[in-house]
Amino acid sequence: MQELLDNLKELYALNGITLRNPSLAWAEVTPERLVGLLTQLRDAHGFTHLVLMTCVDWLEDGRFQVTYLLHNYTTRQDLGLHVYVGRTASELPSIHTLWEQGRVYQQELHEMFGIYFPGSPGLGEPMILESWDGPPPMRRDFDTRVYSEETYSHRQRTHHEPEQHMKDRLYPED
Amino acid sequence: MSDIEQKDKPATQPEWVKDERTLTNSALPSEEQDWFCDARPRRVEKHWQVLENFMNWARAHSLWILAFGTGCGAIEMRPLVTARYDISRLGMQMRPTPRQASVFVIGGYVSLKTLKRIVRSYEQMQGPKFVVAVCSCAINGGMYWDSYNTIKRIDEYIPVDVYVTGCMPRPEAVLAGFNLLKKLIREGKAEGQNLYADKFDWYKANQKQVIKDWNMPDYNW
Repeated sequence: MQELLDNLKELYALNGITLRNPSLAWAEVTPERLVGLLTQLRDAHGFTHLVLMTCVDWLEDGRFQVTYLLHNYTTRQDLGLHVYVGRTASELPSIHTLWEQGRVYQQELHEMFGIYFPGSPGLGEPMILESWDGPPPMRRDFDTRVYSEETYSHRQRTHHEPEQHMKDRLYPED
Repeated sequence: MSDIEQKDKPATQPEWVKDERTLTNSALPSEEQDWFCDARPRRVEKHWQVLENFMNWARAHSLWILAFGTGCGAIEMRPLVTARYDISRLGMQMRPTPRQASVFVIGGYVSLKTLKRIVRSYEQMQGPKFVVAVCSCAINGGMYWDSYNTIKRIDEYIPVDVYVTGCMPRPEAVLAGFNLLKKLIREGKAEGQNLYADKFDWYKANQKQVIKDWNMPDYNW
């Protein structure tokens, strides 16, 4: 794994390479070189399986961290790639041409974080947020509690102290 | 001339004459607006009391549940039809379509996407129809009280007859809820269908307030 990453490091400007254990490594790559790197990993190095694609919102740093996790079935190795992209007008290259299921992940990331993937089919269609007109809800600056209080009517809650409540019910005269 | 016209006009208009109370189905494309019902739900008046008592007794002994699980509470429906709890002995069974069902069990949290389907299924059910809201999420939001996509109280969108609390309620609790529903039906108090017809505008306004892309007919009958 170290050998593979060392070879790719020069070509794809990888940095932040960390080997957690012999079968799991992480690396950072820039958005411009992402598709090339993924293509080479899939076609030449046996990382044929896209395990997942996910996103972390680093609000304090003002950027999204999009993670691509790949798996190699022959060597039983996992390789995770981090891509950083700004929080405003975020745009990443689409990988639906490499893995068709990437379309679903990209649709979800577009819906939940507002990251745009040009050319990804069905990107504008709602996946779970039908009739949604608010901001992407998984962004950390979206306050779900405030939105919920403004949008939906809540049932008025009543609270009983158990001791007093049972006393009132059982011995109402006292 | 105008006097004659007014004389010929019947005192009560037949139902198919369009007036301001006719539903427009304006959210649909113009060619589809005629495909759906444009009449409002109507209140079902009671017969004389002895007959009504007999019919309520009969209704309470034949409750058919719409097998539509809205949330995780739907998993508690499955044990009910097994040999242990066996709701068949109570005259209940699961039916696959709204047209055949008379009890709608709201099992758990209701997201916006589900609410559309719930409204549509509820309106398609034939009367008399009853709603049982199971789990805390359907009652006051439960653990999704601050969620951006979950309805907090279902009774603003469709009328509810019986609530069963719990997260999740055990099958015994659901059975107790059904028994309470049967009691209410026998006493003639399960009037959700008439409530929906009476307060149709209020329910519809609430539904359209949260479902922002309303692309359904106004009344799905």
